[in-house]
Amino acid sequence: MNPLLKLESVCKAFGGLKVTNNVNISVMPGEISAIIGPNGAGKTTLFNQITGNLLPDTGKVLFKGKDLVGQTPQKIVFSGIGRAFQISSLFPDESVLDNIKVACLSRMNKTKKFWRPMLKFKQATEQAYAILESLGLESQAQRFAFELAHGDQKLLDIGIALALKPELLLLDEPTAGMSPEERKVTQNLIKKLWKEFDLTLIFIEHDMDMVFDIAQIVRVLQQGTLLAEGSPEEIQNNKEVITAYLGEEL
Amino acid sequence: MKTESRFRETSLWATIMIIFGLVPVFMTSTYQMNLASHILIWILFATAFNMLWGLTGMLSFGQALYYGLGAYFVGLMVKYLGSAWFFPGMAIGLVASAIIALLIGLLLIRVGGVYFTMLTLAFAQLMYQIMFKWYNFTGGDDGVVGIMQPGIFSNPIVYYYFILGIVIASIWILKRIAYSPFGMVLRCVNQNPDRVRFLGRRVRRNQLRIYIVSSVFVALAGGLMVGVDNSIHTDMFVWTTSGEVILMTVLGGINQFFGPFVGAIALILIEDIVGAYTEYWSLIIGTIVLIMVLLFPKGLVGEFLQLKHRFLKLKKHGG
Ligand SMILES: Nc1ncnc2c1ncn2[C@@H]1O[C@H](COP(=O)(O)OP(=O)(O)O)[C@@H](O)[C@H]1O
Ligand SMILES: [Mg+2]
Repeated sequence: MNPLLKLESVCKAFGGLKVTNNVNISVMPGEISAIIGPNGAGKTTLFNQITGNLLPDTGKVLFKGKDLVGQTPQKIVFSGIGRAFQISSLFPDESVLDNIKVACLSRMNKTKKFWRPMLKFKQATEQAYAILESLGLESQAQRFAFELAHGDQKLLDIGIALALKPELLLLDEPTAGMSPEERKVTQNLIKKLWKEFDLTLIFIEHDMDMVFDIAQIVRVLQQGTLLAEGSPEEIQNNKEVITAYLGEEL
Repeated sequence: MKTESRFRETSLWATIMIIFGLVPVFMTSTYQMNLASHILIWILFATAFNMLWGLTGMLSFGQALYYGLGAYFVGLMVKYLGSAWFFPGMAIGLVASAIIALLIGLLLIRVGGVYFTMLTLAFAQLMYQIMFKWYNFTGGDDGVVGIMQPGIFSNPIVYYYFILGIVIASIWILKRIAYSPFGMVLRCVNQNPDRVRFLGRRVRRNQLRIYIVSSVFVALAGGLMVGVDNSIHTDMFVWTTSGEVILMTVLGGINQFFGPFVGAIALILIEDIVGAYTEYWSLIIGTIVLIMVLLFPKGLVGEFLQLKHRFLKLKKHGG
């Protein structure tokens, strides 16, 4: 089987700081994997290079065999890569429903329609509700996005990404700022979404319970370098990883 | 629920039509009809302007450019080619404004925030200078006077109803745009442009589209004005004209579709009433706007809706 996403010798420096240092990664279709590493390791920057926010200095980002380097985020979205952000990126003054619905309309290529009222796009509404149900947010549909609790905002952010029907979904610290109980719920939810939507999923996470519970493969980044890669057991027993990152935690 | 909102929508438009439609019937002097014409045209100007600012988050300080262009195409064509060119001049003015908005817009969308605002001002002032200096062709500071509409449209009452029809139709079109998926994308561009890119949509492309749409409707307002004042003047291009629609919008409410509508009525009536008593009317208007911004930042429409919302909530809890 060919990898869905393949990073080949990706490098990126900000000034003198090598934030991505010759990273090689192959992600197989259907895989759920985690990227871990200390703050500032370059995890978000790696996502940014996959989704087109940032241009790698050198290297290739192959998605289904095609190099994405140089393409705009808009193009990359439609080739099948979705993304939720470390800090929720929503449309705060729109309803929860419309946050998702506008993404559905974009996928259906209907955002140029300037005459028919939003309300008349029933199919998009149904799809949006279906996604809200999957997220357990349907009771909040009519509230403004800014009114939601922090945890629900993180979910809504994922919902917007899901509405675009991605094959590969990138989640940047989905449980950041959540209480331990919320984290447990979100962990189960992410696993459910992964199956329900047939996703290939990569998440960045600091909650090691979640990482070792649901990831099939764990990759460790440190100072821009891929320090280790393997199954949760392999990573948990990896001497280098323990000294560099996991430390006394285990 | 759905039929109820449709009923409310229809009665809103009917009320507007009736109130403005009755002005020529009940007026005691043509001055009142002239005032109502000004109000209607500024309503269109301000509403089109707010498609940029309130809806999309692009504060233009230079929409007077298109207001002037729309007017000058009508005025100059009538001056050089005769009355028959009044309406064709209006149409040509709209097309020309669309093309100029496209060209200037391509440059404007490259910069954001305050730079966008300053550039719009610069382009409008540039056009003002051209019209001002090109005396032989434009009449410079004297403008052009005595511009007449052809045929029955030279009758002020006929022309008033013509304005009423065009303005109401334009507002209706703009409202449909605001509440369409395209309008939704514009609101999203306003609130979170970065995320819009991750919906697969181009931010600048959408900004350019609405810039053109807004400018064309502003040009229409300018073209209509020529038949009211029967003259054109370089003041139409000047920055205070752009500033006036900003004041109207702030007064009525930036985030409400009908904010500029109400703001235009309020500002023109205040100017008219206060102006009759004192020459310091601009001081009074400045004070009113200052109070509005400080105490009622949501504007007349926004604050009214909030009050209504609170009242309904109270009633629900009380009963
Ligand atoms: N646009 C940028 N310009 C300069 N430095 C940046 C930029 N983005 C990130 N960095 C730096 O790159 C490093 C990695 O950042 P980031 O990828 O956000 O880390 P992580 O997500 O692993 O915490 C940090 O030192 C950060 O300050
Ligand atoms: Mg990060």
